Parts: sequence; structure tokens; C-alpha cells
Amino acid sequence: MAGHVLVIEDEPNIIEAIKFILSREGWNVATHSNGEDAADVVRAKSPDVLILDVMLPGRSGYDILRELRGDAATQALPVLMLTARGQTKDREMAESAGASRFMTKPFSNAEVLEAVRALAPA
Amino acid sequence: MTGPTGTEDGTVVRPNRRSAEKIPLFVERQTYRRRRLVDAARALPVLGVLLWLLPLLWAVPSEPTSASTGLIYVFSVWLGLPVIVGVLIRAMHRRSDSPDPEDEP
Amino acid sequence: MTTLNALASISVLYVLFLFGVAFFAERASRRGRATWLRAPIVYTLSLSIYCTAWTFYGAVGSAARNGFEYLTIYLGPSLVLIGWWWVLRKLVRIGRVQRITSIADLISSRYGKSNLLGVGVTLLAVIGTTPYIALQLQSVTLSVEVFNLATPGGAEEQSTAFWVAVGLAVFTVIFGTRNLDANERHHGVVMAIAVEAIVKLTALMAVGIFVVWGIAGGVSETLTRIDASELGNWEVNGGRWAGLMFLSAAAFLCLPRMFQVMVVENDNDPQLRMAAWAFPLYLMLMSLFIVPIAVVGLDVLPAGSNPDLFVLTVPLAYGQNALALLSFLGGFSSATSMVIVAAIALSTMVSNHIVMPIWLRMNEGMASVSGDVRYVVLLSRRLSIAGVLSLGYLYYAQSGGGAALSVIGLVAFTGVAQVLPAMLGGIFWRGATRVGALAGLTVGFVVWLYTLYLPSFGAGVIMPLSLFETGPFGIGWLKPEALFGISGIDPLLHAVIWSMSLNMVAFFVASLASFPSPLERLQGAQFVNIQQGTGGTRSWSQGVAEAEDLMVMAQRILGATDAQALFLREARRQGSETHLPAPTPEFLQILERELAGSVGAATAHAMVGQIVGGMSVSVEDLMAVADETAQMMEYSATLEAQSQELSRTAAQLRAVNDKLTRLSVQKDAFLSQISHELRTPMTSIRAFSEILRDGEGITPDEQSKYSSIIHDEAIRLTRLLDDLLDLSVLENGQVSLNLVDGKLEDVLDRAAAAALAHDDKRGLEIQRDWTGEQVWLNTDTERLSQVFINLISNARKYCDAPQRVLEIRVTSGDALMIDFIDNGSGVAPEAQDVIFEKFSRVSDQKAGGAGLGLAISRQIVTRLGGEISYLSGERGAAFRVILPLNHALAAQ
Repeated sequence: MAGHVLVIEDEPNIIEAIKFILSREGWNVATHSNGEDAADVVRAKSPDVLILDVMLPGRSGYDILRELRGDAATQALPVLMLTARGQTKDREMAESAGASRFMTKPFSNAEVLEAVRALAPA
Repeated sequence: MTGPTGTEDGTVVRPNRRSAEKIPLFVERQTYRRRRLVDAARALPVLGVLLWLLPLLWAVPSEPTSASTGLIYVFSVWLGLPVIVGVLIRAMHRRSDSPDPEDEP
Repeated sequence: MTTLNALASISVLYVLFLFGVAFFAERASRRGRATWLRAPIVYTLSLSIYCTAWTFYGAVGSAARNGFEYLTIYLGPSLVLIGWWWVLRKLVRIGRVQRITSIADLISSRYGKSNLLGVGVTLLAVIGTTPYIALQLQSVTLSVEVFNLATPGGAEEQSTAFWVAVGLAVFTVIFGTRNLDANERHHGVVMAIAVEAIVKLTALMAVGIFVVWGIAGGVSETLTRIDASELGNWEVNGGRWAGLMFLSAAAFLCLPRMFQVMVVENDNDPQLRMAAWAFPLYLMLMSLFIVPIAVVGLDVLPAGSNPDLFVLTVPLAYGQNALALLSFLGGFSSATSMVIVAAIALSTMVSNHIVMPIWLRMNEGMASVSGDVRYVVLLSRRLSIAGVLSLGYLYYAQSGGGAALSVIGLVAFTGVAQVLPAMLGGIFWRGATRVGALAGLTVGFVVWLYTLYLPSFGAGVIMPLSLFETGPFGIGWLKPEALFGISGIDPLLHAVIWSMSLNMVAFFVASLASFPSPLERLQGAQFVNIQQGTGGTRSWSQGVAEAEDLMVMAQRILGATDAQALFLREARRQGSETHLPAPTPEFLQILERELAGSVGAATAHAMVGQIVGGMSVSVEDLMAVADETAQMMEYSATLEAQSQELSRTAAQLRAVNDKLTRLSVQKDAFLSQISHELRTPMTSIRAFSEILRDGEGITPDEQSKYSSIIHDEAIRLTRLLDDLLDLSVLENGQVSLNLVDGKLEDVLDRAAAAALAHDDKRGLEIQRDWTGEQVWLNTDTERLSQVFINLISNARKYCDAPQRVLEIRVTSGDALMIDFIDNGSGVAPEAQDVIFEKFSRVSDQKAGGAGLGLAISRQIVTRLGGEISYLSGERGAAFRVILPLNHALAAQ
């Protein structure tokens, strides 16, 4: 049943948490923590679901997402965006950049799991 | 990465709350020596007073001290103390290249 | 036997030689070749004016009469110099920084430039010194008489004393009032005194060597002879031994002539450092042969010979005329050098504290338009010198040159020692007040007059006999030599104990009970904290002074050339186009200090006050002065930068604009930044606590790991909240500073230890400036150390050099500058002006920080009255913290 999830996030503790939650349910989780080469990593790994943080060192999550959406290979990739800035503006930014789901930190584990399940292609 | 940033992290120790235990117990050798030299300079006049008041204890009428002994004692102290002062000042200056190492009240 | 004429011509030749020395030294100093004049050895030798004719002749007399007590007179000063670290070091620094011209000026200046105190100390000094001058004249007369036994006669004696007094007055006027420059130093006089110091030491030692090896036949024979004499047993009166040692130490510090050579003529610290060991040795050598000479004199000369003259009569008795002549010159040197310096010191005091204030009062409001002040000052000095010497001569003539004079030495010592509590209290205790000093001096002076000075003329001369026997009006406990019914003490000791202790009690109690004026508090802080820096007194609020008036006045006091140079220099510094500087508070302060060097602090203050108007100064005024000065400096700096290059100004404006734009973006982002910084740790905490709560599929290892993550993140969150609270408190100005005195070195020690406590093997070498850090600050050291911790931690975290080195440089001038410079690649130019903003984050690199450190640091430093800035142009990241050196001094 399980698919591949790629987590791009720079806080090691948050990576650890997401990885634990998803692995426990049987997902294969890969992680990456730098924004600059994130798009290349996505293309290389071609995950089923991408979890993408907004505030990344090197490059912003919005930027990366826009690039992915412009690329035919990743145009339809389900992307769950995470942000710690909880303003409406941020939600709009995420939507316009092409996020499939948007989630504000702190999140509950069940929410993340549910979102990944929903986003994963059947 | 664009180099150092103007931020600092959460390891700030707020001295008014936590740094009581952070005052260094020991200073480096040079500073230590200099402080002890200053202590010596402070103590010298006290030593001088003590040494020069000592002759008062000799004034026992039953067994008088001879004048020559008294004079030799007083003048020996008089030669010794300035020599020590001179050595101290010299040492203070050798230990520091600054124009005035005595800036310690 | 040497005839009187030969003696007179030898004396004249010797005096001419001294004139030559003084003249040569004065000329060399004016040509700027004065390095050797300021040599430590010259300073050390000049201190020898402590040894007057009273020493040269009187020590032997004292030893012959009272045994070993004479030693205490030289042991006391030796102790003062051996303990130079305590008092002298501080005193000479205060003297140099505050341009003190006399001991009266020191007391006056310390206690709010009070002229009343200046007058009091001056009177005390004149009363204490006049008999002393008379004593010198007497000693010269007596020594001449020794050579001239054939013709004893009243008239001739008197004329010797008269001509000596006239000669000394001429010498002192010529070399003592030659120049009226700001530093009030007399190179010619000091050089002549140094030469005289050598002459008297050589003379006394020559007589001593003759006595020990020539007469007694060697050291051991001399010692045997001493033990066999009436001085054979070591007998000292314990009370007098200790009391005289204290008294001579006190007098050494307070005698006007000693203050003159020791503090006023002091030029640099090395001078004192040499004197600290060399002068005690000089005193030791001066005292070494006293007992042998006394013992041999008592032995070989007929009974009833005056032991005060053994130094002369012993060589003469053995036909050693040349040696006797040398000895005569030694005594002559001792007498003349004392009189010259005492006259200079007293005339400065009389002129600055009595004549000038009266003259000013008479010419109220006219300081800028009436007669030539420079001429008035010089004239009043010259007249004062003549006056002081006339007083001395009259005293001598009146007392008839009798034995009464020989006791006057210690009486005078006790008198001048009354200044000691006010002086030491003034330089060590900020709580000492003008009222306290006045009370102490008055009480001490009155007790001294009553118990010692007046009785010293003998019972029945000034004080009626009945007073000594039954007390005034029959009040027994007020008997002059048995106060409070305590009798049986040696009269001198009695007077010393009561005058000094009542003086101290009055000084202390009155200081505690009174409240000092702002100016007193400011001066007190400056004197007590002299090591902290060299800030002057800020004492003029911006007044209505006209620069021209000030110029006219300054020219009259400093002389046209010097005054114009000073004004021009200040005008340049202010950036003024004209030759006249604006009468800013800062300028007035500099001017006042320059004038103080010529006419004393109180007079200078009064003169500037007449022109500027508004004599009262409140703490608010002082604060305003400080503020204005700072603004002025900023303003003129900006102007200078603008005039240099117009395009640079434009660039600056653009930069400011950019900064504002970026700031506004940052302001907008502030809330979302806080949100982000708070939510990130909360995310981890929530996620892991849910994991732990669910509890399924966790190994014990994972469980403990996750618990510790939660713990760490919770701490991070707390710290962040602390920082935010800190910043908001600082920004709203609600913080209360805990001002304490602390040394910069200690603050940096603490900060370095704390910042490197969590060091993560990356290592950071800190290069410190140990000597520069020996600066005392009155500041909130806890907060300051917080700033230093931030700066050091930043270097540790962001310096990108392989071998991290952080250099901490300290520069003190008007303010204290502490630079933190690392060897990394520094902050990018476009980021330099925003790094002090909240949450400013130049790189995207996660360094675990919230970006509040520098913002907090800036707030703290601003609260402490300083500033923090980024230094561009250094090799790495460089931060400069500027702190005011006198911060909060006025606030105490």
C-alpha cells in the first residue's frame, strides 16, 4: 500500500517527528533539508507525496513549488505545504504557488497522516 | 550562505539570572602575577610600620638594648624596604609593555 | 679662620652658580629640550626640600638632646613613599589631570571650587610656614656666626638674616614668577633645588665620613663609642616614637612646599616610580651619620657647646676649614631651597585664593574690560613672595632668634597636618563634603592653636600662666595642655592626638550630616575615580558668553600668543570659519581648566562665571551639557562628512532610504516572524508529545530521545520568550539599571567564560588587551556582560575562518571604545545597517538564533548611555561598543 514520501524541511526535530509518524504507518520516507537543490532532489526521487516547508535555507518553498509546477514531470505531484507563519497571506501565497494542501505548524500527527493518505495516488 | 549574520542564538546566558556560576575562578598567569605584585605594593608600607614600631618592644629597662644594635636594625630595614620597592616596580614594568601597568586602583 | 668677607663672597658665588643652573634649565625648557629636566632623578632630588636646615643642623642637636627620636621625622616620609601605591600615585594624577596649583587649590577644587576653603588652607599654611622660614634665616645666621666668633653682635646678625631674606626674595621672584603658563611648573627652580640636594647630602656625608673614619677610627670603633656614650642604650618614648612618625608622614603630604615639588611639579608617572624607592634611600643617607656626629661632638667639644652646630663646629675644632665650609654650604642649601619653594607655594596660594578673588570682587563684572589680568596675577605673586619672606624675617627678628624657634618645627608640622583629613577624605571618599572639610579644618586649627601653637611661645607670653594651671575661667578640663582632664601626656603628643582626632570626627560627622552641591558631587566623583579616565568637569550650561570677551580675558591671563593659539585650535576643532570658537559648554570647560593653571580653579571658575553669567549649576544642567556636547559632536561630524563629498551625502541619503524601506518590510514581517519563531519549537513539542501519548511502537531508546527533544525545544521556546520580554522591556524604557563600579577586565572575563561555555569544538581564540582593560566603569555590569556575550557568541557561530580568532581592542579617550573584530569574511555591506534590527537575518543559514541578540545588545548599550555599531573596513566582522567613561558619575 505504501508509497514514497519526500520531506523537505530544515528543522531536524520536525523531520524526525514526521518521519516517525509516517514510517509507523508504513510509508517510505526520504528527507532533505536544503532549499537550493530541493527541486533536483524531487526530480531524482520522484516521490508519491512531497511535504514542503516554506522557510528553507537557500531558497523559499514557494519558489521551489513554482518551479516544480512549471515542470511537466512534477506538474501534478501532490504537495503538502507546511508553514510556521499562520497568516492568511501565507495561505494565499501557497495556493497561488500551486500547493495541494496547506498546513500550519504546529500540526497534529493525525492531520499529517490523514493529509498524506488523502494526497497519495490510490 | 552569505557569511556571518547579525543574529545570535538562544545560548545567551542572561547574567542577572544565570551567570553567577560563570565568573571565572582563575585568571591567566600574567594577570595573576600582576595582581599579586600590586598586593605586595599595598602591603609594603604596613610591613614598614610594623618593622619600625618593633623597637618599642625593646624598651625593657631591666635588659637594655644597646644603641648600636637599635641603629643597625632601623637602618637595615631602611635599606631593605626601598630595595624591595624598587624590585617590585621593576617587576611590574617587565610584566607589561604598556606605559602604565599600574592602572589598577 | 675664614673671615666673614670670604664667607660672604663664597655664599654669593654659590648663589650665582645656582642662578646659572636655574637660568640654564629655564632656557633649555623654553627651547623644548626639557627631557632631562623631567628626569625622575631630578624629581627625586627635588623632594629633598623636606630636609631643611632644621634637618641639616637640628637633627644632630635633636639626637644629642633627645636620642633616637630624630629618626621618626625621616621614617614617616619614607613610609609615605614606600606606600606610594596608596596615596601619592592618586594625588599626583589628580594634580596633573585637574591642574592643581597648590594644596589650597586641591582642597578648594575638590569641595566644589570653594574659595572659603582655599582661604582657610592658605591662612593655615601661612601661619604654619612663617616660623619655619624664620627658622631657616636663624640657621644661616647662626652658621655664619660660628665662623665669626670674634665679632658677635646683634646688629650684624640681624643684617645677615635680612640680606639672606632679600636675596632669596629676588631669586624666587625671578625664577618663581617668570612664567604664568598653564602647568605652573618651574624647571629652573626645580633644577637648582636638585643641585642643592646633592650639595647638602654630600656635605653631611663628608662630615659624617670625617667623623667616623677621621676621628673615631672606623665603623666598629664608632659603634663602640656610641654604646659607651650617654646615648648608649636604646631608649625611646613609645608614644612620641609612633606619634612623630605619623605626624611627619602627615606633614610630608600636607606641607605646602612638599605639595609643590611632589604634586604640582610632577610631570609623569615614572618620576614618582623612581622617587618611591630612591627618596627613602636619600633620607636614610641623610640620617645615617647623625648619631656619630652627635656622639663625637658631645665627646670632643667643651660642655655647653650648642649641639645644633656640631656639623660645623666639629670639623672646625679639628682645623678642617674646607670641610666646615662645605658643611656651611650644605646648611645654606638646605635653608635656601626650603625658603624658595615655600615662598613659591605660599605666594601661589595667597595670590590665587586671597588677592585675586578680592581684586575680582573690586572689579565686579569687569573681568573682560578692565586692566591687564596677567599683569595683576604676576604682580600679586611677586608681592606675595615679598610678603611671605618679610613675615618670616619679622618673625625671626621679633622672636630674637632664641631657642624658642627650634621647637617650632614640630609645631608647624602639627598645624599643616590638619589638612590631612580633608585631603585624604577628599580623594578616597565621595561622601566628603565642603561643610565637613570646613568643620574639620576649623576644629583642628582651633585645637592646634589652643593646645600647641600659642603655648609654644611659653606660658605667660601670649596665654596667661593661670590658663595653664586652672584652665580658662577656672574650667579645669579646658587646660590647654590637659584637655578633658587627661594630663601627663607629652604636650606635643597631646596636641597631635586631640587636634587630629577632633578634626577627623568633625570632618566625618559634618560630611555625613550635610548635603553636597552638584558641583561638589561631580568634583568628588572625579577626584575619587581619577583612575577611570580624564574627563573634565562639566560645569557650564550654555550661557550668553561672548567669545570676544572670553578672548580678551584669556589673553590677559595666558598671554596673547598662548590665548590666540588656544582659541584658534578650539575654533578649528569646532569647525568654525572664524578665529573665535563658539562659547560651547565644552569650550568653556577647556578654557576654565587652562585658566585654572594660572589663577587656580576657584578664581578661574569665578572669572568665566562673570562673563558667562549664571553661577548655579544643577544636575539637570550638567546632564543637558553632556547631551548638548554629544549632539554637537554628532552634528559637526555629519557636517564634515557632507562637505567632504556631496555625492557621498547623496549616497548616504539613498542608503538611509533603502534602510527605511527594508525596515518597513521588516516591521510588517515582525508578527509573522514572532509567529514563525514560536511555532517551530512548538511543532516539535506537539508532534513528539503526541507520539509519546499514543505510545505504540516506540522503543525505550526512542522514548527517551523524544522526551529530551521535547525538553530541549521547550527550553528554546522559553529562551525566546525571555528575549522577547527583555527586548520589549528595554524598548519601553521600563528597565531599571543596577549601576555598580566594575572593571572592564572582569566584565569581559565573565562574558568570555559564559559565551564559550557551550563551545562546540569549533574553537574560538580570543585576543585580549589586558592593559587597556584596566578601566573602571560605573555601569550595569550584568547588562554589559550580556552584550559582550552576544558579540562573542556571534563570532563563535558566524566567523567562517578555519582558525577563528576574535580580537577585543580597548581604546580609552573621552569615551571608552571596545572593538570586537574577528577574522571571518564579515557582514555583507548591504546587510550592515539592518543587523541591529529585530529578527534581522542576513543569511538563510539556520544558526539556532531568533535574531534578537544584536537588537537586545543595542537597546542595552543605548540604555547605558553608549552606542554600538558595525565597523566596516575591518578584515572580518567588527563591532564597536562605545561607553561613556563618566557615565552616571553625576548621578550618585
